[in-house]
Amino acid sequence: MRWVTRGLRNGIVTTRYPARADNYGPGYRGAVAVTDAAAASEEEAEALCRACPSGAIRRRGARILLDQGACVLCGRCVELAPTRVGFAPSVEVACTSRRTLVVPSSPHPVAGASQSPIRRPGRRRWPFRRSVHVRHVDAGSDGLEEEEILALTNPVYDVQRLGIFFTASPRHADLLLVTGSGVPGMVDALWETYEAMPQPRLVVAVGTDAVSGGFLGAGGVDRFVPVDVYVPGSPPSPFSILHGILLAIGQLQEGDGG
Amino acid sequence: MIGWEEGTLGEQVEYVEPAVFADAIAEAVEESGSLAGLFFFGDADGQVELRAVLADGGDLRQLVAVLPPTSRRYPAVGRLVEAAVRYERLATERFGIEPEGLPPQRPLARPTLRDGERRSAPVPGLFALPYGPVRSGVFESVEWVLSTRGEEILGLFPEVRPKRRGIEQAFEGRSPEEAVVVAERVEGTACIAEALAMAGALERLSGIEVPRPAALARLVHAELERIATHLSSMVRHCEGAGQAVAQARLATHRETVLRLRAALCGHRFGRGVVVPGGVTGPPMASPRDVQKTLERLEDALSADLDLLMTTPSFLDRLRGTGLLHLDEVVTLGALGPVARGSGVSDDVRHNRPTKCYEELGFRPAVASEGDALARQQVRVEEVRESFRLLRAVLAELADGSGWQWATRPWRVPLSPRDGTALGWAESPQGEVLTMVEVQGGRVRRAAPRPASFHNVDLFPAAFKGDIFTDFVFIEASFGLSIAGAAG
Repeated sequence: MRWVTRGLRNGIVTTRYPARADNYGPGYRGAVAVTDAAAASEEEAEALCRACPSGAIRRRGARILLDQGACVLCGRCVELAPTRVGFAPSVEVACTSRRTLVVPSSPHPVAGASQSPIRRPGRRRWPFRRSVHVRHVDAGSDGLEEEEILALTNPVYDVQRLGIFFTASPRHADLLLVTGSGVPGMVDALWETYEAMPQPRLVVAVGTDAVSGGFLGAGGVDRFVPVDVYVPGSPPSPFSILHGILLAIGQLQEGDGG
Repeated sequence: MIGWEEGTLGEQVEYVEPAVFADAIAEAVEESGSLAGLFFFGDADGQVELRAVLADGGDLRQLVAVLPPTSRRYPAVGRLVEAAVRYERLATERFGIEPEGLPPQRPLARPTLRDGERRSAPVPGLFALPYGPVRSGVFESVEWVLSTRGEEILGLFPEVRPKRRGIEQAFEGRSPEEAVVVAERVEGTACIAEALAMAGALERLSGIEVPRPAALARLVHAELERIATHLSSMVRHCEGAGQAVAQARLATHRETVLRLRAALCGHRFGRGVVVPGGVTGPPMASPRDVQKTLERLEDALSADLDLLMTTPSFLDRLRGTGLLHLDEVVTLGALGPVARGSGVSDDVRHNRPTKCYEELGFRPAVASEGDALARQQVRVEEVRESFRLLRAVLAELADGSGWQWATRPWRVPLSPRDGTALGWAESPQGEVLTMVEVQGGRVRRAAPRPASFHNVDLFPAAFKGDIFTDFVFIEASFGLSIAGAAG
């Protein structure tokens, strides 16, 4: 009985996202953004490439290209060249094309995307208009992506309010969240889960490992299942995962608020 | 947590012939010691180095044997010391060596359902039920092969191999800085502890001591990680017991911890904080904000835990569930809350403490009943102790509205000499041990040994007349990191 009053103690703790922008504060490492693509010299660009432990930075001459899908947000490059690259606090890092994650060269909203105050959510795609049922498969993650996906159901994010439900069986699922890079032992299970889902079905790759393979280097899960939305991050925050899901079902459009 | 102050710890190495390797270990274990880890380092030419780490209380020493490329066999350690079996099984898969006399793989090793052939059941009505690797709910992939006649779980085999990533190969050829970044990916829910173990080993090889503020900042992040991970386990307990309000509140508290960590360093799990030689820098949030958040959190969490631990419908589900006896825990080398719930008082923060833990007078939490409730009690006590440590450390680090030492470096440069070293830390799941070999300033090979690698072997032993509905509590009370157990 005492739990009843306890439950009312804090009032409403739930975020208003996506109707209103929300984030983790100005210092949050949402993504690494390239603020000045042209390094002073080829040596400087080469040093940046070599400093990246996951090989996310490439160069063309003195111009640098950063693959946010391979970036593990360790910050070595930011330490080395704070005038060329920097952390952006954005949580809306998901996108529908793998190529968009390579910056700069695209209008992908990186810096300060989540700062815009008012959002006009679009209409969801037809089959997912009222609700979407989500199934998760771990294909070799380090365990943190699962923690962040689980966090989506806590009172702070409470994704049920948006008609997003986690389901036990792939037979009831519209959307598959895949974490991990697709290690050999999980490839069959991943494919069987995907095959067991009714059509139309969506796949969201969650986390750097799922997007690009991370430190294992072999590649992401799009080697095994068709991926609709990529959510980079190591691990991506619950807001980022939610953004990815909403992007997949068409409630948000790419570049919204950017 | 990290013993980088004592340069000699873990560096006492004795070389023996492979033929007597097993006997030497068995003898050492007999003399009031335990096998903390058994590491295999393979070379391209086929030579395999066997390194056993023996713990006697806080003391560590190594026994090393070298298997030349021409020889694949040696007498198995696993026939004398049960805790070694898991290591030797893994090594036979990775390096093709043949430890002689290794006990056969347990009968439920692999369900042969795919090719349509079932094992003959020794007991009428007994059948094997593969539960996983894709399970209902959001879990890491693991296949629990259950042997049952209906309600009661009579046998269980944890199959973690589907998830194996081979993360240890990602260490090869890395610089010290990169090695710590990779270590953070070994097991996510213990990423600070893994990073600390790796950094500790590299610092020991460099003969340096991290600056005082960095040691304190590391403690802050390690204890926040413990609180967050313990809360995850408790949330799972509450979910299983149908305690909806408790579940919601504890999950909210957990989110508060993660946001506090994001405010401190920009990452919700503290990745990027630990670097070899210290930490990246002073926390980003102001001390006053951090202290205020922690104070409010401690009040709310403490009240909720008090109520939870007196809620009969919660306690009833945990009491007597998943019983582990002291001798099982000792023989199989359990670590962390799984061991401390059964009366073992080992805790790296006490056995091999850093200066900070020593000064703060850390005491490990121990319970003796050995059931899921005892493990829950240990976690509750550890959370309380973590708050006490955090209060003390923040009081020292805070200086008015800013941080002490804010203008001084929080890291020192390091250049590790060639050689092999051990690093350790107490993760939320138990002791993390990391063996690193450095050559020419870069990591040649590294082998992390997460606590879950040991604890997953205890899982079958915890089923003593427990039924399907107890499963969720036993699993949550173990709090395993499958990524860590699979490697």
